[in-house]
Amino acid sequence: MKKIYKMENLECASCAAKMEDAISKLEGVNSVSISFISQKLTIDADEELLPKIMKKAVKIISKIEPDCEIIL
Amino acid sequence: MTRKQRKSLYCIILSALLLIAAKLTDKFSTLSLALYIAAYLSVGFMPLKKAFRNITRGNVFDENFLMAIATIGAFILREYTEGVAVMLFYRVGELFESIAVGKSRKSISALMDIRPDIATILRDGEELEVSPDEVMVGETILIKAGGKVPIDCEITEGNSSVDTSALTGESLPREVTVGDRLQSGCINLSGVIKARTVCDFGSSTASKILELVETAADKKSKSEAFITRFARYYTPIVVFSALALAVIPSHIFGSPSEWIRRALIFLVISCPCALVISVPLTFFGAIGSASKNGILIKGSCYIEQLAKASHTVFDKTGTLTKGCFKVVGCECEGISEKELLELAAHAEKSSTHPIARAIVEKYGKQLSLPVSDIRELSGMGIVAVVGEKTVAVGNKKLMEKVGAQVTEGNCTAGATEVLVATDGRFVGRIFISDEIKQDAKESMDKLYELGIRNRIMLTGDNEESAKKIASLLSLDSYRARLLPYDKVEAVEELLKNKTDDGTLVFVGDGINDAPVLTRADVGIAMGGLGSDAAIEAADIVLMDDKLCKLPLAIRLSRKAVSIARQNIVFALSVKLIVLLLGALGYAGMWLAVFADVGVSVLAILNAMRTMKK
Repeated sequence: MKKIYKMENLECASCAAKMEDAISKLEGVNSVSISFISQKLTIDADEELLPKIMKKAVKIISKIEPDCEIIL
Repeated sequence: MTRKQRKSLYCIILSALLLIAAKLTDKFSTLSLALYIAAYLSVGFMPLKKAFRNITRGNVFDENFLMAIATIGAFILREYTEGVAVMLFYRVGELFESIAVGKSRKSISALMDIRPDIATILRDGEELEVSPDEVMVGETILIKAGGKVPIDCEITEGNSSVDTSALTGESLPREVTVGDRLQSGCINLSGVIKARTVCDFGSSTASKILELVETAADKKSKSEAFITRFARYYTPIVVFSALALAVIPSHIFGSPSEWIRRALIFLVISCPCALVISVPLTFFGAIGSASKNGILIKGSCYIEQLAKASHTVFDKTGTLTKGCFKVVGCECEGISEKELLELAAHAEKSSTHPIARAIVEKYGKQLSLPVSDIRELSGMGIVAVVGEKTVAVGNKKLMEKVGAQVTEGNCTAGATEVLVATDGRFVGRIFISDEIKQDAKESMDKLYELGIRNRIMLTGDNEESAKKIASLLSLDSYRARLLPYDKVEAVEELLKNKTDDGTLVFVGDGINDAPVLTRADVGIAMGGLGSDAAIEAADIVLMDDKLCKLPLAIRLSRKAVSIARQNIVFALSVKLIVLLLGALGYAGMWLAVFADVGVSVLAILNAMRTMKK
């Protein structure tokens, strides 16, 4: 299932790349892409695992860029 | 400026004042040291805090951390001014960068501003303003003059003209009336319209276009992929070289503090930000500005591919020509013209093929004869029983099949001929012609100017009419008499025989050429507005029917690719040169900060050029 989330305060482009890299390694994620310019996260993942994945994704994002938030 | 940016600005001003004060006091006095530290902390506090936080989370190669080491290192070496100035300069650059990014984000979203925010619906005779999400299929909505069409709908009451420029780039308003379909994202210019929604918000045109454009970043271009890979190795390599530079030469040449100072310069340049921001921004800007012109590009990778186009292959009907056929003449054998048209029209009555429609239209009378046993023979034509006669309408192959002897006739140049036989006897031919699009010739010339020397037309038509159109448009070559699946083969053959490393672009109407669209390097569908099939199948969609958007799209992509290249070369060479000068002792930290944030800002400004025409 494909979903798009909005992000806020994404300020560093290489951080976006790091987040993308880390989230793509989570279990159940088929593909993920973070657009620095439109501040959007597009994720394609198993539907059942998605809530779990997003929880982990939030953690990853705040670890890499503490001010950055994802709007679930 | 956002609040955060303003705060940064105050910190920078404060720090600059403190730095001046420190410079005015006695060197090496306690007061001056205190002033230096105060100046440093007012700009350095945030990066230090971030660096500390990231260290505790195991992020060593963080930009803030490297900056902190570099500046604290300068303090330890008693280069106070340099330590403060580097941090100050870094913050100034970051501020510029943040402003530039914010600005380009805003201009990109302005380019794609087609999302309707509000819908006025009529429920039980009352007007209600709701979010477009809440409107259900089949509800009646009210669109006032100046309002955006929120959801795809069909007009039930009222006349008006609508501005489709947000979707198609076409500035001429379109007249609409009861029964016409409106796409979301259009703007109602004059009267009040009542309309019935035909789908929900999520599957409306505007939402679909936005989704496409916004996820276009998923399909990354080669240069973006290169940059991401490069960034992953760049920082660690620079940091380790800094370490090596601090330790190794001082063991050979002595004077460790000088080498440490040079190593600190490396740390300042170690962030690959300029590249990581500017290259995707370049492509994104191009996608935004293309969509403003009614060209939907589904991914940055297609920009790169399109920029390299060397072959453009066109479907004829609906792409080079208008796709609206007209009967331009008949030739009869033994029956009257009226009878010929009558028989053909009845046989073709249930077919949706544009040629069939043209014949029925030309006949223009009630189709009252009984028709039975209609068989459509793919690639040949139609056989049906009309009245008591078996009528065959189609091409030469069909005539052979039914055993009709076709007599030679005059061929009207440029027209398609449809042959008719009754009970196995040839009775005449109908000439049907299609008009060439107005901008077709001009577009072909523009493609030639862009250096594209292989402009090829594929068509199912006969040799004669294909030749005529090809020469009218001065195409480089054409292939006639192709059945739908022959087109895929023709494209495959062209791909195989291509000698240059350019790409092959196929342009079609997207309705029945989906396999060809996918087979070509870049598949472009025309007339995407209102056609989901075209939007699905193609890599690039031209929202209206204008062929002149193709040269425009190629120009835009070439510009984007060249700007991306400029940015890569510029940022990398500045960084490498400063690294080299730094190692040799010719570059100070000031220059290093410029190579870091200064280059980022310049690269972003350069990238933003894609958004201008």
